[in-house]
Amino acid sequence: MCGIVGLFLKDKALEPQLGELLSGMLGTMCGRGPDSAGFAVYGAGESGEVKLTLRAAEGYDFAGLAEKLGEGAEVLQRATHAVLTVPSADEAGIRAKIAALAPEVTVVGAGSRMELYKEVGMPTDVAVRFDLAKMAGTHGIAHTRMATESAVTTNGAHPFSTGLDQCLVHNGSLSNFRTVRRNLERAGVTIQTENDSEVAAGYLTWRMKEGRSLGEALEDSLDDLDGFYTFVVGTESGFGVLRDPIACKPAVMAETDQYVAFGSEYRALAGLPGIENAKIFEPEPAKVYFWDRAAA
Amino acid sequence: MNEHVKGPSAPRTLPRESATFDAYTLSEIRRAAATGIYDIRGAGAKRKLPHFDDLLFLGASMSRYPLEGYREKCGTGVVLGDRFAKKPIELKIPITIAGMSFGSLSGPAKEALGRGASAMGTSTTTGDGGMTPEERGHSTKLVYQYLPSRYGMNPDDLRKADAIEVVVGQGAKPGGGGMLLGQKISPRVAKMRTLPEGIDQRSACRHPDWTGPDDLEIKIEELREITDWEKPIYVKVGAARPYYDTALAVKSGADVVVVDGMQGGTAATQEVFIENVGIPTLAAVHQAVKALQDLGMHRKVQLIVSGGIRNGADVAKALALGADAVAIGTAALVALGDNDPRWESEYEALGTKAGAYDDWHEGRDPAGITTQDPELMKRLDPEIAGRRLANYLSVMTLEAQTIARACGKSHVHNLEPEDLVALTIEAAAMANVPLAGTNWIPGKTGF
Amino acid sequence: MTTTTPNQGAPLMNASTQSHSFDLATAKVRDLNAALHALKEGSNASLWRVSNPRGLHALAAGLDAPVTVEIDGPVGYYCAGMNKQATVIVRGNAGVGLGENMMSGRIEVEGDASQAAGATAHGGLLVIRGEAGARCGISMKGVDIVVGGSVGHMSAFMAQAGTLTVLGDAGEALGDSIYEARLYVRGSVKSLGADCVEKEMRDEHKAQVFEKLKAAGLEGQVDPSEFKRYGSARTLYHFHVDNASAY
Repeated sequence: MCGIVGLFLKDKALEPQLGELLSGMLGTMCGRGPDSAGFAVYGAGESGEVKLTLRAAEGYDFAGLAEKLGEGAEVLQRATHAVLTVPSADEAGIRAKIAALAPEVTVVGAGSRMELYKEVGMPTDVAVRFDLAKMAGTHGIAHTRMATESAVTTNGAHPFSTGLDQCLVHNGSLSNFRTVRRNLERAGVTIQTENDSEVAAGYLTWRMKEGRSLGEALEDSLDDLDGFYTFVVGTESGFGVLRDPIACKPAVMAETDQYVAFGSEYRALAGLPGIENAKIFEPEPAKVYFWDRAAA
Repeated sequence: MNEHVKGPSAPRTLPRESATFDAYTLSEIRRAAATGIYDIRGAGAKRKLPHFDDLLFLGASMSRYPLEGYREKCGTGVVLGDRFAKKPIELKIPITIAGMSFGSLSGPAKEALGRGASAMGTSTTTGDGGMTPEERGHSTKLVYQYLPSRYGMNPDDLRKADAIEVVVGQGAKPGGGGMLLGQKISPRVAKMRTLPEGIDQRSACRHPDWTGPDDLEIKIEELREITDWEKPIYVKVGAARPYYDTALAVKSGADVVVVDGMQGGTAATQEVFIENVGIPTLAAVHQAVKALQDLGMHRKVQLIVSGGIRNGADVAKALALGADAVAIGTAALVALGDNDPRWESEYEALGTKAGAYDDWHEGRDPAGITTQDPELMKRLDPEIAGRRLANYLSVMTLEAQTIARACGKSHVHNLEPEDLVALTIEAAAMANVPLAGTNWIPGKTGF
Repeated sequence: MTTTTPNQGAPLMNASTQSHSFDLATAKVRDLNAALHALKEGSNASLWRVSNPRGLHALAAGLDAPVTVEIDGPVGYYCAGMNKQATVIVRGNAGVGLGENMMSGRIEVEGDASQAAGATAHGGLLVIRGEAGARCGISMKGVDIVVGGSVGHMSAFMAQAGTLTVLGDAGEALGDSIYEARLYVRGSVKSLGADCVEKEMRDEHKAQVFEKLKAAGLEGQVDPSEFKRYGSARTLYHFHVDNASAY
């Protein structure tokens, strides 16, 4: 089980503080998830370019890898992760090269603006390792993990990437995920861990490959995924929330003119600016919610 | 020529009963067809399962030396709940009485359990119905169960308890709630549970105000706050995924984890639930211990194992596999007098026999234990029954000590998995102990 | 923690009452609860003001004294859990399990309450001026709950005794598997749970609604006749095969 936080900024003036605010929120959720943590931040991006977040063992030479991949590949390292920025047109080729040259490197996320980091360890330590507090952006989601039925590994940490600029975090326990996993693998979607949340992410990816929008894929999950869950998904323009019909896993939201925030407990929101006057509400069960930058 | 092979005197095959559609199964199908309701009964899984009988101790030999009895002490004390609580529970023996409700059991039965346990310096546990004055009065150490139903739950009793056991599930029915049928919802029981008299209690299977270990952590925090951090908090699970369940109990802040295997009894639930959901106790112990070891919490968060513990050998084996203590339920009731052949004619009148009687939900127990009937209840003298329980606990303790001494141990907690071997491949695999005469643990080591 | 003299503008307070403050920005929840638990019957330390709760859990849990605790801000889970005798006022929202298993006393929340408000509570009065989330009054065992707004789905699930009075609407599956508790809802009910049916509102029921509204300080604001009564049809009290689909 877990803790989830999310922050979507309406007020541009707060963008430089996104990481700091998210870091504070994440810290309050250590109790809910002491095993590992992860976050996705939607920061700066150049059109025509894609950012691949890579992960490898401690001390890995990402700069060396970037050189091997050729010109046009810039790399920015943070601890065990590195963000590789390449022309969008080259993405497939670069991924193939990484798989061939450096199989020990995992691509954890990709997007025009999304960077995704996750590691084993106390959430506050993980945030410090990746210097979350200094990151800027328009929105971000973060997760603290208490592993239920799978091992505590970095691969098992959330968020899980579901597509370009998309990722999922989950609080709850899916009860039919092994069957869904088998179906996904038959459909060509590979799931790397034993984690139920990775299956949920893979499911959404698959539905979207089949032509559904993210919102529609979330609607589909109400029929196909069984169990208890609160999902928060990040997209390029915002984030979405879905609770299962029984809605036992917690979800609290706060909205002001400056932001929309999500937390598994109100405690996670208590430090946000202007929280005293925010509209506080809890998302209803079985209803897909979306906050979009275009609409804000 | 072949007339002798036809006709009434011709040879016939013997009558052959089906192993699949055996006599019991046929009777159950007939019963279901007649009533339209599932079969409800008490006790735990009755079918043959891999159990502690399939493990043996190695004993002393040329390389290991035994302890003499009497003067060379073999300690049996255990401390439960010293992780966070100000007042951990100190037991003289590593055998406790498992949670059983007033409601499923009579008041005198609960009193007897308290008397017997207290005489031996160990604890009893309340059940799904709340704490009675008799039990608190007669138990020197009382664990108060905190269940999904919250029947009778109140802060005064919480504060009177010596420990609190948050029940996530029990071995007979992991995922099921409590069940008490109308015939046992007497005026007293009804009042304690805030239910109308004589109705069939419908029970919740999940806690009303938390779901999942992340929220359990906050609930445990609340219980500690209400009781000023004095009392150990146990978390009890029915054996299903004991590795993960134990790890999650530790992560949510438990002081003690209780794992109850499928042989663990219940007062009443559906027969199919008992026999088909949950895993044998033998298969659960190693998993639970491994979770504690992987978290570095073995012996820091204590493990109590229950479900089919019957004698000192079972106690010793559970401890050797890494448990800190065991709990008995069914065995304690038998010691009090449950299913005693002295009532044979009455068991027959009920359509059963001594040793097989498990329709405890009907409340007509000839032994006066699993009933609320005032006349039947009188048949149990709590002092005598308490004495019997104390005798039985004493025998189990002596048996465990005898075995431990034979293995060279000055304390029962020094028994270890390497003192054991298995008789069957299943038991070897489940208990993570080699097959006797070999080094083989299926799936783990070579032959 | 500081001791101050009573506020002159609070006419209900006894002049000899001492009031205490607790700032949870600097003090610990454990210290607050320990101080509250140490109060003896008849103590005149009967008004406590708690500031900066910021969603912390188990605030004022396990009280057993006729004191008043005012919490200035939003609280987390299990605020005033297992309350006995005390009056707890939350000037903000409340998290999961507000007043769970309350035995007596009074809890008032000026804002909204999250899931399982009043869960398994045996007595006392719980007033939620805003909205209550899912499972309000789940398994209630005698408490009176009054909600100024609406209640979420599965409210009064397995409610055994007590009353739930809702001025707003009720979500799906109201009163599923209800025993003998009484439910009064003024607004719409999305759907009724197993064995929960609408029942006649007679004069004695209107009188009961009025009594609960009065206890909550809401008398005169709404007409008790506008409420509908819901309760157990009592068809599931004994298992019968024909009702199997209701389980």
